[in-house]
Amino acid sequence: MRPFGYERVGDVASAIRAGRDTRQGQGDAPVQYLAGGTTLIDLMKLNVLRPERVVDIAPLRTRYADIQVGPDGLRLGALATMAAAADHPAVQRDYPVLAQSLQLAASAQLRNMATLGGNVLQRTRCSYYRDPSWSACNKRAPGSGCAAIGGFNRNHAVLGVDESCIAQYPGDFAVALVALDAQAELSGPGGQRVVSVESLHRPPDGQAHLENTLLPGELITAYRVPASGWTRRSLYLKIRDRESYEFAIASAAVALHMDGQTVRDARIGLGGLAYRPWRAREAETLLVGKPLTETAAEQVARVALAGAVTHGDNDYKPELGRRTLVRALMQTRAMEI
Amino acid sequence: MKDASSRPGPSRRNFLGAAAAAGVAAPPALSRATAAPSKAASNGRSSFTLNVNGRGHRLELDTRTTLLDALREHLQLTGSKKGCDHGQCGACTVHVNGKCVLSCLSLAVAHEGAAVRTIEGLAGPDGTLHPMQQAFIDHDGFQCGYCTPGQIMSAVACVSEGHAETDADIREYMSGNLCRCGAYPKIVLAIKQARAQTRERV
Repeated sequence: MRPFGYERVGDVASAIRAGRDTRQGQGDAPVQYLAGGTTLIDLMKLNVLRPERVVDIAPLRTRYADIQVGPDGLRLGALATMAAAADHPAVQRDYPVLAQSLQLAASAQLRNMATLGGNVLQRTRCSYYRDPSWSACNKRAPGSGCAAIGGFNRNHAVLGVDESCIAQYPGDFAVALVALDAQAELSGPGGQRVVSVESLHRPPDGQAHLENTLLPGELITAYRVPASGWTRRSLYLKIRDRESYEFAIASAAVALHMDGQTVRDARIGLGGLAYRPWRAREAETLLVGKPLTETAAEQVARVALAGAVTHGDNDYKPELGRRTLVRALMQTRAMEI
Repeated sequence: MKDASSRPGPSRRNFLGAAAAAGVAAPPALSRATAAPSKAASNGRSSFTLNVNGRGHRLELDTRTTLLDALREHLQLTGSKKGCDHGQCGACTVHVNGKCVLSCLSLAVAHEGAAVRTIEGLAGPDGTLHPMQQAFIDHDGFQCGYCTPGQIMSAVACVSEGHAETDADIREYMSGNLCRCGAYPKIVLAIKQARAQTRERV
């Protein structure tokens, strides 16, 4: 690990000041915020991230770790831990897809450490990104190429990729947030703003090193999940190589508002398949106003994966993604509320 | 088997302990640092107090030092083990403010003011083993023993954090601790044996 300056800040204004000179959305910014540290410290040890300064924002948890459930929806403080949100009885009851996306992620220790803010911003697990002995990685070294295209890419993304990067977004929670139309409250040098969680992650666009749309010095302080007719009938189905403590190779966040046998509204997020937390909007609209049969689910799943681009080792993913979504849809329909 | 420390001649642990102690004592800044607040110095070092197993330790370390390295290399608490050093194996598991965490992915300097508990802090003052430690012995919950301190810290937390109701829960909440020897079934049995006593104690 390279030497760095360490600073602990006690309020959000100091945190913003400490980070305001970095560039927008830059993965290798010279100032990095430290919350749970489960991504940052790991990537600093691997020499992938080499910040000059680490700004410890953990003391902000006294103000930004609340979890509130009300008639308008759910508000999750960005410094709440994954474990705190996963274990929250009202989150489990009213937003099962969110609770499950957290319960099925990482390990007990990591869930006790990692915060919701950092979880959404976690970096890809692409082996070529994580190992600087590979010179070609557009995400780590802009313009250097992509070793995963033509390399070992079994775990790489098939949706939302381009020729510059096929890295997979590894998280689960952000997929559930995106499915539920969640918004992020941000604080930065220009004041506060609210954006959709979906807009936080950038497409590769030939600039894979730009990880997100946060402005310099901007922090996520909370997520808002609106109350709606579909949050209770929701689930997160995660398919992985082992039963626990593993990233998804395909996952689906599904929420349904049913009117008898007919779908009134539907929300679908896909994980383990895409470059960023993925919302399958076209597939959602196909479900509305019709009974949800297995045949309908299969048709919807074909649409959701229609844009998939594979690179050899990950040729299996579109079919796995389709089957995962069909099963998730049928299980969600069958839920007893 | 004889205790390593009672063997004649130098042992690996005695040698490492003595060398590390010399390293800590050497910097003249240490005595001056005792009254200073926690602050990262411009020379890449930080001075701070770490509370481990109920005792405060004033340290002056390279800012990069992880909690695991601070425990093992500077406080001679070598019970917490370094397996992968990347948060994937759980051998370094300790408790911070009562929750199980990975000390290898934690900066020591970031833990000033926190209550850290390691495997060395589980037994009673008279050396009586924690019920979970005894249960691992009773059920042969290990073979080589390298992952065991982390397994036991996770096991105690699994119970105290309320996730040891069913076998499936125990397996899920213990999945962050890998055991190369494959002692998993016996670890589940040990946790079930110590469950009630651990609830009363923690």
